[in-house]
Amino acid sequence: MSEESELLRVEGLELGLAGRPEAGIVKGASFLIRPGEMVGLVGESGSGKTMLGRAIIGLQPGAIERRGGAILYRDRELSQLSAREMRRLRGQEISIVFQEPMTSLNPSMTIGDQLDEPLRSHSDMAAPERRARILEMMTRVGIPAPENRLKDYPHEFSGGMRQRIMLASAMLLRPKLLIADEPTTALDALVQREVLELMVEMTRENGTALILISHDLPMVARYCERVMVMRQGELVEQGPTADILTAPAHEYTRKLLAAMPERGPLRSFDDQEVPLLEVRDLCVDYVSRGGLLSRSRRKRALDGVSLSVRRGEVVAVVGASGSGKTTLGRAIAHLIAPSGGEILFRGTPVTPRGKGWMDFRLNCQMIFQDPYGSLDPRFTIRRALSEALYHRQDIAPAEKDARIRRAITEVGLEEIHLDRLPHEMSGGQRQRVAIARAIISEPDFVIADEAVSALDVTVRAQVLDLLADLQQRHGFSCLFISHDLGVVEQLADRVIVMRDGGIVEEGPRNRIFDAPESDYTRALLSAIPTLKRTVTGVELSWRFDAPEAGA
Amino acid sequence: MNLGRTNKYLGGLLIAFFLLSALLGWLWTPYDPLALDLRARLAPPGAGHWLGTDEYGRDVMSRLMAAARTSVTISALTVGFAVTFGIVLGSVAGYARGWVDRLVMLFTDTLLAFPSILLALALLSILGANIWGVILALGLAYMPTVTRVVRGAVMSLREQEFIEASRLMGHPVGYTLRAHVIPNCLAPVIVIATSMFGSVLLTESALSFLGLGVPPPAPTWGNMLAGARPYMAQAHWLGIFPGLCIALTLLGINLFGDYVRDRFDPRMKGL
Repeated sequence: MSEESELLRVEGLELGLAGRPEAGIVKGASFLIRPGEMVGLVGESGSGKTMLGRAIIGLQPGAIERRGGAILYRDRELSQLSAREMRRLRGQEISIVFQEPMTSLNPSMTIGDQLDEPLRSHSDMAAPERRARILEMMTRVGIPAPENRLKDYPHEFSGGMRQRIMLASAMLLRPKLLIADEPTTALDALVQREVLELMVEMTRENGTALILISHDLPMVARYCERVMVMRQGELVEQGPTADILTAPAHEYTRKLLAAMPERGPLRSFDDQEVPLLEVRDLCVDYVSRGGLLSRSRRKRALDGVSLSVRRGEVVAVVGASGSGKTTLGRAIAHLIAPSGGEILFRGTPVTPRGKGWMDFRLNCQMIFQDPYGSLDPRFTIRRALSEALYHRQDIAPAEKDARIRRAITEVGLEEIHLDRLPHEMSGGQRQRVAIARAIISEPDFVIADEAVSALDVTVRAQVLDLLADLQQRHGFSCLFISHDLGVVEQLADRVIVMRDGGIVEEGPRNRIFDAPESDYTRALLSAIPTLKRTVTGVELSWRFDAPEAGA
Repeated sequence: MNLGRTNKYLGGLLIAFFLLSALLGWLWTPYDPLALDLRARLAPPGAGHWLGTDEYGRDVMSRLMAAARTSVTISALTVGFAVTFGIVLGSVAGYARGWVDRLVMLFTDTLLAFPSILLALALLSILGANIWGVILALGLAYMPTVTRVVRGAVMSLREQEFIEASRLMGHPVGYTLRAHVIPNCLAPVIVIATSMFGSVLLTESALSFLGLGVPPPAPTWGNMLAGARPYMAQAHWLGIFPGLCIALTLLGINLFGDYVRDRFDPRMKGL
């Protein structure tokens, strides 16, 4: 009977760092996977979710040891299988799809050969039969004209296509269990959805059970019947998706749900006033220098973009990667030279080292995406902050010191942090420092380029609240660049949607979110849930289509 | 891992020994390293002269100590020269890019195209054999390595967000280079400089051996070795001791250099 009702049973699994008994990575995890079931495993970075997923097929790194518990696949303990049985199991019964489509395919092997590998070693099919099977599978995952692409190398495919190929190779042998570890995190929202839906359809067709490992609770909730929540190595909660969302039992789950961004209040602005920043027909070209025999090539990254930001307004720029949104921010900040167009600050054109240049330079600050790269690793926080006041001769040294202390407390850190080095702080703390550095000179205009994208869900919510709070208090205008529409919905007054270096649509936030005019915006929006808070939890629904399984 | 630690101490010990000899040789030597004593020509190592005497009766140990000073000074100044100018050229080229970069790299690649000893030979025959000539020639010969490494490090650094943040704060280029760029690319430079020290010492000895280094009668390990050649059969100690000095110092530097590389190379950390 157990053959029917359970596929994989994990009981009290303990994983830890070898040689360090106190360091537990997975602490007493127990769960059950039934055939054909879709289960989500949700947790933040460092929660041990990846190690748990890898331990199921014995792929944990060498430094991680199994300390106790049982992993039973069809009633057989995995650690008792011979190497040969394990190989058979990995190939035919359990498959895995990793996060990074760039590195999980061998760059020097053609796609055809790579797809052929599992079939050659795990089945006794003849070559023409294998080829037919591969072509069929490639067609199934949506690769057009597959017979022309068998001889192509991974780098000739886009990220989304590579992940489709990974999925194809994982599903070729029709495994009973597929483990997908952040399979779409590296992809754009739109591509992410396509790949996920393909994955769900294919597992359903083949009766494959799916463990979907992700940090993104709404995304998991959309596709999975059951959800397991993991935190610091412990499975704190598991159950049917709808129950977990509407009535979370564990405090951490409630925190995760509370961290989901919600629409902020509506604010109004004076249309008559001269905008603080105005951009007219901005163009940026990237030129690749030609060699001896090749001509230099231009690629237009930004094509005639115009926008304006009023005093105290938060304008969000959204779009998929490659849409030019980051280029736009960097061109406005004059980190890259535009090849055409005009930027006006307080109504006067900005020219590098011209009149009013220093005013613009000191009043236009930027918060970067990577909290690891935006601080000099050799500078203490105090030095990093005081550097931002270096050119403010109007402030006395004693006042500068008071400013630094005020800034650090304003971003929710303490004065003891001032003497730390960046590597002694967490990602969230560093991002707070980066925010403090940007606002310490009280600029009128701040560009936030994916400022919260690299942070964990709960930390992201805190930093976002902080940013909103500081913006209210100091009244600076903000150009908020993000691919995450949920975050944008919370913060923005106005939204600009970009695609291929141009503006697709622009308007007040509520109009863009509730009644988008372009299909592209509509597609972007369909990737994020609208949520309704209930007494104990949330209800999720998705725009423009019927919700899938789960919520 | 344990072997690594022993190596580090052995290397440090060897370096310390030769540095101390050099320092001592500057203040005091058992005999005057230049004083001739024709009655004690080619005396074997013994009570009066611990390491023997050469063909003019000069005390070998005193000469080795004096030579240590010359060699260490030349190596240190040469490495200092190569590192200073290498950093300046490399960081300017890497940060400015464009035609500045192309010009600097053309110069660097031209220098790099010659074997360092050949370049030093050519320069020395123009400059004349004296201590400053040797330093300049060797410095120019070793500079391109530093320039290339620094340029590479700076090129990847300049894309980092904290460098852009520095530009956003309105800092001039010179400040950004000094405060953020150069300090963050010093680690590989320190590693190269350590191993370069040994290689400069060897090249300098080779130049002296060829008669193009520091002019006689001032002793260097290289010209002592050269002077020992005709007496190889009668007085083996004349060649053995300077040779040992060169070999052991190099060994010390190489062992210590491994430690320095492990220490400063972030990829080695945690291994």
